[in-house]
Parts: sequence; C-alpha cells; structure tokens
Amino acid sequence: MNLIVRDLDARGLPCPQPVILARKALAEGGFGRLDILVDDPASRENLLKFGAYAKCQVEEQPGEGTQTRLSFTPPATGGTQPAVAPAPNAAPQVPSGTAVLLLSSDGIGQGDPDLARLLMRGFLYTLTEADQVPKRLLLMNSGVRLAVEGSESLANLKKLEARGVEVLACGTCLEFFKLTSSLAVGGITNMYEIAGHLLEGSSLSIG
Amino acid sequence: MKLTDHTRFSGCGAKLGPGVLEQALCGLVQPAYPELLADFSGSEDAGLFRLGPHLALVQTVDFFPPIVDDPHLFGRIAAANALSDLYAMGARPITALALVCHPLKALGLEPLKAMLAGGLEALVEAGCALLGGHSIEDPEPKLGYAVTGLVDPERAWRNNTLLPGGRLLLTKPIGTGLVNMALRAQCASPEAQAAAEHSMATLNKAAAEVLARFHPMACTDVTGFGLAGHAAEMVSGEHCGLSLQLDLIPLLPDVESYAAMGLIPEGTYRNREGRLRFLTGNTSASALDLLFDPQTSGGLLVALPDSEAEAALLAMKEAGVPASFIGETGGPAGLVRIV
Repeated sequence: MNLIVRDLDARGLPCPQPVILARKALAEGGFGRLDILVDDPASRENLLKFGAYAKCQVEEQPGEGTQTRLSFTPPATGGTQPAVAPAPNAAPQVPSGTAVLLLSSDGIGQGDPDLARLLMRGFLYTLTEADQVPKRLLLMNSGVRLAVEGSESLANLKKLEARGVEVLACGTCLEFFKLTSSLAVGGITNMYEIAGHLLEGSSLSIG
Repeated sequence: MKLTDHTRFSGCGAKLGPGVLEQALCGLVQPAYPELLADFSGSEDAGLFRLGPHLALVQTVDFFPPIVDDPHLFGRIAAANALSDLYAMGARPITALALVCHPLKALGLEPLKAMLAGGLEALVEAGCALLGGHSIEDPEPKLGYAVTGLVDPERAWRNNTLLPGGRLLLTKPIGTGLVNMALRAQCASPEAQAAAEHSMATLNKAAAEVLARFHPMACTDVTGFGLAGHAAEMVSGEHCGLSLQLDLIPLLPDVESYAAMGLIPEGTYRNREGRLRFLTGNTSASALDLLFDPQTSGGLLVALPDSEAEAALLAMKEAGVPASFIGETGGPAGLVRIV
C-alpha cells in the first residue's frame, strides 16, 4: 500500500482548474492519497463529481468558511490510468509505471554476497516479467556493475530498457570502478539529475 | 496566442448570477415614461421604447470575455449573441455599437482586428449597421455589442406570455458551457468543439424569420442563465407554467460525460442557486448540470400554439435550423416541470 500523500492547493483557482490539477495528478500517480484544498463551492462540487468519475474514494474534511479539504484515494487495481481518459491530444500512454528505483548495490541486502547477488538478479528478472515496469532505474555505487559488460543482469536490463525503462548509471561511480568504457546499457548521469529524479515522485531504494 | 488564456470566465458564463442581479435591482425605480414599454424591471430580453403607433425601439447589450481562441470566430459569436436578444423579440436589427476591452500590450493589434472583422461579418449578415463603439485597455479581453432593433410593440414577442396548450421549440442544442470547460481542460472531442463553435457562430436570424410567419405565444433566447433559467423567466406570467422533457432536449456531443467529470462552469451553480425554486419534477444533479449550463449565443426557446407547431418545425428544418420540440406549456404558473 502506497502511503505517500500528495497535497494540492487549489484555493482561488477558477473552474475547471482544480479538476484539471486533480486529473493530471491522478494520471501521474505515484501516491496513495491525493489531498486537495479548495475554497469555492463550485470547485468542491466539481471535484466530488470528478472523484466519482475517476472511481476514487473521496473523504472530506471541512475547514473554516467555504474552505474544505478533499482526500482522493485512487482505485487500487492496476494503477490509476484506466479511470482517467487520456486527453485526445496528449501523447499516447506507454504502459510504464511511475516508480523510480534506486539500486545502490549489485546485490540485495547484507550478509552473504552470493545470496545478495542472486537476489538482485532474480529481482531484475522479475521486473522484466512484471505487468508494470518502473519509469527509471538509477544505478549507484556498486549498482553500476549491473550495467557493464559481463554482468549477469545485463540481458534483463536491456529487456527493461526495451520496455521503456530509463536506465541511468552514476558517472562518478563508473569512474571510481574504472568501468566507464564498459557500460553496456543505459546512459550516464550525475548527482544533480539523480537527486532530481528521486525527488520528483515516488522512489524506492533497492539493494 | 490563446485568447482564452487571458480570461477567468468565458462567454455568458461570466454573467452575474440572477440572484445577485435581482438583489442589486431590487427597489430601483424610474419615472413611468409614457413611451416606456419594457425595462429592467420585467426581466425581458431587451428594453422596449415606443416611437410611434406601430413602432418601438428595442435595445439590448451583451459583452463577455473570449470563449474561443480564434479571434475572428469570437467576434462572430459576440455579435450573434448580442443580436440574439433582438431576434427573440421578433425585432429587426438596425444599428450596433461595439464595446471593446483589450490588453494591447499582451495581445497586440492583430487579434483585435480579427475580432472586429468577425463581429462585422455577423452584423452584415444581420443587415445591422455598425455605427461605432468604445474601447478601453483591460488586462482581460472582452467584446460585445449594444444593438438596436425595430418592432411593432403590439406584435413583439414577450418572454412570459405563455398560454396553456402550446408546444415548446428550441432552435439550438445546449451545452456550450460544458464544451468550453472541456476545452480548457484539454479533453473536448473535436466533434464537440466543432459543433459548439458552429452553433455559437450561427445567428438566430433564420429561426426568427421562420417564427415571424407563425404566431408565437412567447419567445426568449437561451443564454447565460441556461435553458432552465430562461424557462423560469417564461413562467413568470399569470396564465400557466411549462414542462420540459429531458430526453427531447438536444445536446452538443459528449457534454454529458464532461458534466460527469466535473467540468461544470461556475455559472451553472450560480444559475441553479438563483432559479432552482422554479423547478419541479426530475431535478437530479445530472439533469440540473445540463439544464443550468450557461449558453453563449444559444438558440431561441419559443412557445407556439399546438395548431401551428408541426408546420413551424417543418419550416425550421427547411431553413436549416436544427430545431426540436422539447416540451409544452401548461401546469401552474411560476413552475417549470422537468419530466
């Protein structure tokens, strides 16, 4: 269950801006609950209608005067996409998820290094078979070893890349391990971009 | 350049709610000029002032922020919308004055030229002479016209002179407010957009010319107060009310789904607040979202004697007017029954 709460302040915005914001946020996903603050009765009614339309569970916390906070919990099955029709002029939806995964090691967990590597290989293979793939994989520290020549996960990372997952390896880490010229999948990134990607939505650290 | 980016409200949705207007006008009186036949106290579509035995001046004004991004089209719609009040009274448009608010720095001169050209095109189509106008610099663009027409006051169509046994005809589909909201949310279908634009840019001239061959009991044009809001004005007479049959009301494409998504103009809620007390019957939320949708350059809503109704509908079709029966007159005065 996703416990991330996204907050939107739609006070003072004319119709249909609050609905547009809610619709956009739901399409982006990456949260378990969307809280929208409004102060206009018409916007409130429109958001309640939109909530029903998008099959969200909606709870209301009235505030002072006409101000009220509406909490939207998106439907649990298969992400939030099907309930919200894409805009006709929007880019076609690719079946990728919104999660950003940070792989900071070539294995998962501490202790026996062989088990850790086995778990990482199994994890990446499972991702290639999953219905919903992450949006991005960020490789740091020894995680960059997964994406170089000779890696036992190289084929799986290439499969993921073919399914639209952006694979990015930390340039500093590649240099440290003197593996820059061996990178065999994805691109090279820097700390600035990594921090940006990690802060833009929901992200998980694996490894 | 998107015209509608510069507006908060758009089209007739920018209108003050009827409740507000009634409060503001409450208690305002002017001398009983002998020539004055209709003024703001009667919620008539336009004012009437007698010039002679069979001649009266009809005056009305309407202006609003852009409802479409194409400035030429917006000009046409603004003129068609202003002229509509004259057609609703059976008057012949003669002169117009432009009201222009324009953010010159933000938009430049070109869109203004295009808007005025579009407006003039519609005025020429109406045979209405543009005499001049007034313009001011304003952060939000607005355009409209004060228009004057002539009518024989004894034959002018009023909006609240319903009699039982009549049928109601509506000459354009409703839903322009919802389509406009959907456009702003970038989820309007091309079909809905095209249909709304075509409908708003069409003059009510042909419809009024057909009606002039018959004997309308009462007539109004459907604009900012929505179909139900204007129907509520029609039942303010003493003889009877009216009923609207929901499934007969013509809608622009896809507007029901826009309403379900919550893309409802603020004007709808204001209209509902001001006029809900006149409605009985099926007043479900989904019905009200359509019935109170503020229309820009909407059609004529006319009550015709039953004996003439079929012939009038046929004549409308022949004139290319997409008219349909949507209900009948009758029932207690002061009430709009939704069935």
